[in-house]
Amino acid sequence: MPSPSAAVTASLAPVFEPGFFSSGPVHVALAVGGIVAIVSAAVGVFTVIRGQSFAGHSLADIGTAGGSAAVWAGVSTIFGLVAFNVVAAGVMELIGIRRPRGRDLATGIVLGASLGLAALFLYEDTISSSTTGATVTVLFGSIFTLAPGTTTIVAVLGAVSIALLALLYRPLLLSSLSYDLAAARGIPVRLVGGGFLLALALAVSLSAVTIGAILSTALLIGPAAVAERLTRRPARAIAVAAAVGIGSVWIGTLIAYDSTVWLGGESLPVSFCIVGLVFVAYLASGLIARALPERRLERRPGARDALALPEVD
Amino acid sequence: MGSDADASRPSPPIGAPSATNTVLELDDVSVSLGGRTVLEDVSFSLEAGEFCGLIGSNGAGKTTLLRLVLGLVTPARGTVRTPLGGRGPKIGYVPQKISLEPDMPLRARDLVALGLDGHRLGPGRRGPAQRAAVDEMLEAVGAARFAEARVGNLSGGEQQRVMIAHALISRPRLLLLDEPLANLDIRAGQEVVRLLAHIAAEQHIGILLSAHDMNPLLPVMDRILYLAAGRAVSGSTDEVVSTETLSRLYGQRVEVIRTHGRVIVVAGTDAADPTHDF
Ligand SMILES: Nc1ncnc2c1ncn2[C@@H]1O[C@H](COP(=O)(O)OP(=O)(O)OP(=O)(O)O)[C@@H](O)[C@H]1O
Ligand SMILES: [Mg+2]
Repeated sequence: MPSPSAAVTASLAPVFEPGFFSSGPVHVALAVGGIVAIVSAAVGVFTVIRGQSFAGHSLADIGTAGGSAAVWAGVSTIFGLVAFNVVAAGVMELIGIRRPRGRDLATGIVLGASLGLAALFLYEDTISSSTTGATVTVLFGSIFTLAPGTTTIVAVLGAVSIALLALLYRPLLLSSLSYDLAAARGIPVRLVGGGFLLALALAVSLSAVTIGAILSTALLIGPAAVAERLTRRPARAIAVAAAVGIGSVWIGTLIAYDSTVWLGGESLPVSFCIVGLVFVAYLASGLIARALPERRLERRPGARDALALPEVD
Repeated sequence: MGSDADASRPSPPIGAPSATNTVLELDDVSVSLGGRTVLEDVSFSLEAGEFCGLIGSNGAGKTTLLRLVLGLVTPARGTVRTPLGGRGPKIGYVPQKISLEPDMPLRARDLVALGLDGHRLGPGRRGPAQRAAVDEMLEAVGAARFAEARVGNLSGGEQQRVMIAHALISRPRLLLLDEPLANLDIRAGQEVVRLLAHIAAEQHIGILLSAHDMNPLLPVMDRILYLAAGRAVSGSTDEVVSTETLSRLYGQRVEVIRTHGRVIVVAGTDAADPTHDF
């Protein structure tokens, strides 16, 4: 008599093509992808609240320079990504001014300089025959071909990013609303902003390793944008974004894996599948949000319109 | 008017430091911004429980003065003393304008709760006591009705109330409000002014509230700090709002006209022509 789990496996056979659960690279991909999805989601919610999507996207592009420099130097791409992004985040914070416009200018300046470097290193990588495919790896990620030690590095850096975010949570929320409001509370706004940029730099580096520099913005902003439509609370937004992110990465990985069988040898790029799912989730969230009423004027028991004050005259 | 407000004000709670009740002191403070002197030789002090109107027209330096008190602007000369330990939960602040993104996942009550613990590290867990404090504060400013709404979707006046709740919930000793009436209709403005006067007396908070029009504040102001031409005068409303004092401040003849319980300040000797410009 077949065990229940065997029965489940059998019934899901058309979904999970042979070898999906026993494949080493798939295990690594699911683990790394899951961590990256959570980190990107949490950092992404704050990125959206703070209106720093441009910084997030720029760090991804800057990561291209770091990744290609690492390939050129013969070290693991993740080190190049993290090093370049952290330094870039530091420079952005140093030259950044407190207004969002000033932040954007600072971001743009650092971005421009880095893209020049990226062009240089990618050119070097391309003409040196020993590193064919480096460009593709840096730009589109390599979730199925991650080096064995990558899971640990990703887990550690991901934990650092999340811990930083948890530590700064409340001051970060307040200073995202208004510089003056936070400063009036005695919050060191620039220090908090710098801490956030560091968390952002790590998150972007991690997602650039997994799904590539070009698409990492989608994983950072997409799930957060979905969450913003579906919930009104910051903590819930992080939870929803994490769920959307993990769902997209895991299902995307599965589809990419299965597609090898469906397409007879050819396969869909895994990054394409993941980002496609994020986009589908975004479209769906628009429909769901429209169906959910904003309970703006719903009265709570005892709520009054007028002020609770004695009449003076 | 100041004297009967004094009579009805409760004495400070027993055990409170009674030696000095001063919550703010400016001594000959001058401020320059972008090479221009915005405030010159301003001296002023505020006691706990006092309601002071900070009056001046656009560009007179009201926002600058409030940011100076918070230490967000440094004086070129003079000293600013707040015996409350400077920036922090003891000084409440409602900025003139804050632009909140409409879709931001943050409810009105979340913003108020950040007034309680926004300066603390860590995500924090709010217990029933904190939730009750937030509810009470929302109720007190008449914001309970939209407590669950996204704060960015609220109207300007609704946001103003939420901001006041945010500033008040940490039980400050000094409350700075920058043009809180600008977004409110007349009725709502009167309600907020009454609420603030009530709070100043009841909780023994010093309030410095800026406005370009002093009239809505006349029934509740204990004192006035009047800014014009970079300089300031302060004192009781009757002392400050007089033809002599304001003429000296403006450095030219202005006329103070009291009519129908309102005060109008006009330039020049031709009092019958209020359109005469300065
Ligand atoms: N950073 C700055 N650099 C140069 N000048 C400044 C700066 N900030 C303010 N000012 C100038 O200082 C003066 C006072 O500005 P402030 O914002 O304090 O006026 P206000 O009384 O609050 O005016 P409003 O009623 O319009 O809010 C204005 O003339 C303004 O142009
Ligand atoms: Mg102002």
